[in-house]
Amino acid sequence: MYLSTVSRPAADPPGPGPRRRRFALVSGNVVALGTVSLITDVSAEMVAAVLPLYLVLGLQLSPVAFGVLDGVHTGATALLRVVGGFAADRFRRRKLIAGIGYTLSAVAKLGLLLAGRSIPAIGAVIAVDRLGKGVRSAPRDALITLSTPPEALGRAFGVHRAMDSVGAFLGPLAAFAVLLVVGQSYDAVFVTSFCVAALAVVVLVLFVRERPDGGPTEGPSEPTVSVREAFGLLRSKPARRLVLAAAMLGLATIGDGFVYLLLQRREDLGLRWFPLLAVGTSLAYLLLAAPLGVLADRIGRLPVVIGGYTALGVTYLLLAGPVDGWPLIALTLALYGAFYAATDGVLIALAGPVLPARLRTTGIALVQTGQALAYLVSSVLFGLAWQAWGPENAIRAAAVAVAGVLVGTLLLLASPSRLINRKVPR
Amino acid sequence: MTAISTRAKIGVVVASAVLLGSVAAGYVAMAAEPAPPPPPATGDQAVTLTPGPRLLAITDRYVSTVATADPAGSRTVSGLECLRVYAAAGTGVCLKPETAWSYQMVVLDVALRQTRAISVPGLPNRARVSASGRMVSWTTFVGGDSYTSSGFSTRTGILDTTTGVTVASLEEFAVTLNGRSYRHPDVNYWGVTFTADDNRFYATLSTGGRRYLVRGDLAARTVETLKENVECPSLSPDGTRLAFKEAIDADPAKGWRLSVLDLTTMRVTATAETTSVDDQAAWLDGSTLAYTLRQSDGRPDVWSVPADGSGTPRLVIPGAESPSPLT
Repeated sequence: MYLSTVSRPAADPPGPGPRRRRFALVSGNVVALGTVSLITDVSAEMVAAVLPLYLVLGLQLSPVAFGVLDGVHTGATALLRVVGGFAADRFRRRKLIAGIGYTLSAVAKLGLLLAGRSIPAIGAVIAVDRLGKGVRSAPRDALITLSTPPEALGRAFGVHRAMDSVGAFLGPLAAFAVLLVVGQSYDAVFVTSFCVAALAVVVLVLFVRERPDGGPTEGPSEPTVSVREAFGLLRSKPARRLVLAAAMLGLATIGDGFVYLLLQRREDLGLRWFPLLAVGTSLAYLLLAAPLGVLADRIGRLPVVIGGYTALGVTYLLLAGPVDGWPLIALTLALYGAFYAATDGVLIALAGPVLPARLRTTGIALVQTGQALAYLVSSVLFGLAWQAWGPENAIRAAAVAVAGVLVGTLLLLASPSRLINRKVPR
Repeated sequence: MTAISTRAKIGVVVASAVLLGSVAAGYVAMAAEPAPPPPPATGDQAVTLTPGPRLLAITDRYVSTVATADPAGSRTVSGLECLRVYAAAGTGVCLKPETAWSYQMVVLDVALRQTRAISVPGLPNRARVSASGRMVSWTTFVGGDSYTSSGFSTRTGILDTTTGVTVASLEEFAVTLNGRSYRHPDVNYWGVTFTADDNRFYATLSTGGRRYLVRGDLAARTVETLKENVECPSLSPDGTRLAFKEAIDADPAKGWRLSVLDLTTMRVTATAETTSVDDQAAWLDGSTLAYTLRQSDGRPDVWSVPADGSGTPRLVIPGAESPSPLT
């Protein structure tokens, strides 16, 4: 069930050459990218932690007005993510495009200072930040796949995502530390957040390599990637199946907001504990990302992804099931975190080898965009199901949808003979 | 690409970290200013909620009162820190900081003593007391779980100070929308105002990107929609009109017009206030509305305007917010 068997290994970059450091868990480039993500997430989560305080108490604005532009932003980000991915492939500048993404988000932190009380300006700044995030993720993930031998991709993504989550954990602490010193001066948090983000860009510029381990991954004689070729990516069967599967899997996710809301309603959890639900999930994600990545390298990525979505289905069933109290909360958050750990990086690890190296960023961008757009659709559908059938039945329907999506994914990505043989790669 | 030694790279990163760290630390040091000590109660008299010709408001985060006849004149300031305050018939409600990042709803007696406190989720937004002083309501903003998601929602609770019965969130109530039973996860409520029977109330319900005026029944735990695009209702003392904020072109991004709805005819009259008002207005008497407006730097002022659409807005209490007549 190992997906690289359907790819064309000849199109893949050569391995990282002579491995000087056999003991290294992941390549230096992955560590560098993980460090950049860690620092950037500290910066992003610093702002995330204080933005509600800033908008509501600092500026006395009604943040409900922000929801209006949400759909437009998501659509624009999706498009630009693919355009950015294509540009990264065409000019063979994945590092540059990722760097632009990180820089945009850093500048957005300063933008918050300049936006003042203007709602459109704040909306624009948030859009720029989101754009930066959208633009950078595909080239970053492409660099990880190009810096890692195919058999170690799961581990590489696991380590990267775990580092990323550590940053997300530290961010709010850093923000509150700043606020302890400055009181209500939220701009001090924004300036600090900008400085942290700028440091991440410095680390990216100095330590992340476009062509890992010195080996030229693409010869200069190779023709540049054309728009036509990029569109042709979807004509190749494995890539098309992959994007389709990713979009289908996206349809199975109803979103964190709904999961936490249902949990809170079920348990009549004090509303003030609500934010801790996200913390619990992140903790499970942080702890499980690397082990599940390693597991994916051992037993194959598809089984781990399937396992992750099974965990998601069980999470949904638990929300409408017989278990109550703290066991329910602990089990739900652990499984939900496991779902993220088993799918977020592993899916890209699964996708990487299927996509030709010269179009890998475009391909990863397509996979991520497919997922994001499908998620948008599924959250709307779930809202409608809730409206029509009530929350309990809506979540049961979501669990059924997960089962259906899993069958569809297996049909798309695993050939029946391999399923029977249960062949372990390598 | 020019080859730079790892040692040189680490040197550059360390230098950048020191430089950026100094910038951040410098800015933080500059922004850090000692919090002003709570002002002592001035004059002989302390702030009380005894009904009388005074206005209650928040001055620099502290509860204060001014004489209705001379609202810009001398101010009595208490040591009680609140982000929102309201009072009626000797009962007060205050949304105050509990810790540095959490808030509580506090019920106050006539001498501004705390009689009850409930921890509330999120950030203070609205607070109201029924005319009899029995019912208390509050709204908070919750969310922003993720910087890039617009996950803001509101939570509105109600407390019966006589029985102690608490509704933690109006979202538990059954909804009738345009005459039909309705449920949806995106339902949010804000801005409650109570009627004289201390059971019925008006509030804003938001769902599917639209905002409705609802009439609620606490005993029956139901709400029904009455009209679209009516937010933050505030019932007049005689119970016949609702002051509210009306989103311009039904789009909150364009701001709100302070208006009055006649509950008998359902006719809407815009007040003479043309600046966008993002507040739940308070009735100073049967014909005058008070509300908070913010200057460009965010500093608040309390203004008033006639409720019948005549006249012009008047600055009432400079540098104050959250006005409430002491009735």
